[in-house]
Amino acid sequence: MLGSAVIVFREVLEAALIVAIVLGATRGVANRTHWLTGGIALGVVGAAICAFFTGAISSALEGRGQELLNASVLLAAVAMLTWHNVWMSAHGRALASQVKLLGHDVSLGIKPLSALALVTFFAVFREGAETVLFLYGFVASGVSGSGLLAGGILGLACGVAIGWLLYRGLLRIPLGYFFNVTGWLILLLASGLAANAAGYLYQAGLVPVISLQVWDTSWLLNQENWAGQLLHILIGYNDRPMGIQLIFYVATLITMYTLMKLYGQQARQQPQTA
Amino acid sequence: MHYHWSFFAGACLLIASASTVADESDYILVIKDHRFQPAELTIPSGKRVKLVVDNQDATPEEFESHDLRVEKVIPGNTQATIRIGPLKKGKYSFVGEFHEDTAQGTLISE
Repeated sequence: MLGSAVIVFREVLEAALIVAIVLGATRGVANRTHWLTGGIALGVVGAAICAFFTGAISSALEGRGQELLNASVLLAAVAMLTWHNVWMSAHGRALASQVKLLGHDVSLGIKPLSALALVTFFAVFREGAETVLFLYGFVASGVSGSGLLAGGILGLACGVAIGWLLYRGLLRIPLGYFFNVTGWLILLLASGLAANAAGYLYQAGLVPVISLQVWDTSWLLNQENWAGQLLHILIGYNDRPMGIQLIFYVATLITMYTLMKLYGQQARQQPQTA
Repeated sequence: MHYHWSFFAGACLLIASASTVADESDYILVIKDHRFQPAELTIPSGKRVKLVVDNQDATPEEFESHDLRVEKVIPGNTQATIRIGPLKKGKYSFVGEFHEDTAQGTLISE
């Protein structure tokens, strides 16, 4: 039972933290619950379908199918998060003042919301497929169904609880800084996802490794322990990064930051019209 | 949207340059009764290697190695291809994450 709890927890945690940040970023937006629960529900359905076809996906494209699917899902999430952050740097100031004035009744428009709903979909989809397969394996090997279920639910509950804590923590940030903080969080989160995508592309043999280990800080903070794992998910901390991962991380960080500054400045020069 | 195009263009360039240097040899690793056979596999260092993991169990397994920077889910009774290296000389441990207590192995690069 504990075995299934630990694995389900590990998979759920990543999705839960991403959903928590997205929830934070859409604070005060009307209809966000519909979009985000829709994203999560679709993610669960997608994960089950994906798990069913894992064999076919895995052997597709000369055995590179699974890696390419993972990398594409991650890079798509990076693109959506970039879009959201750029949009927010253009409209965030107006949004923050509206939230202050009108409480939670703000309509942000559908564009960035659908992008963020997709991010929740990608997060749940990617982590969910592994969970489904793992639990299936347990059932197939004849572990008692009730113990398995209890473990799975325990793992799920713990993962969601930590996501919830992060979300509550985010809400404590004063409104004046709020969108700034979530913007930075998303910037780092997206860079970390891009680095993970680089890992899958390397595994598929599609990008050179550059250097298998640029540094080793596992003595300081091991990525396998809880703090290391949390930082890995949130800001892409890696105790032994590959060169190619570092390049993807920094390239995403710089590109996203530059675009945010660029559109932020434009928005300041031409006062809000919308 | 310019960003995405330049990003994908960059990725394509990397892919193109990687495929020209690819010269891979195959090594086979079997998973049976949630154990790796052989539990120790020796491969040449400094070379790109194609590892074929043959899961002969009915249950899925996740081949995972923090040392090798790989993770891949392998369904029951299927084979999966994993590309690793070029590696420096040394020992690299790997596990089957879904049965971590028994599925353990070491890759020796020399």
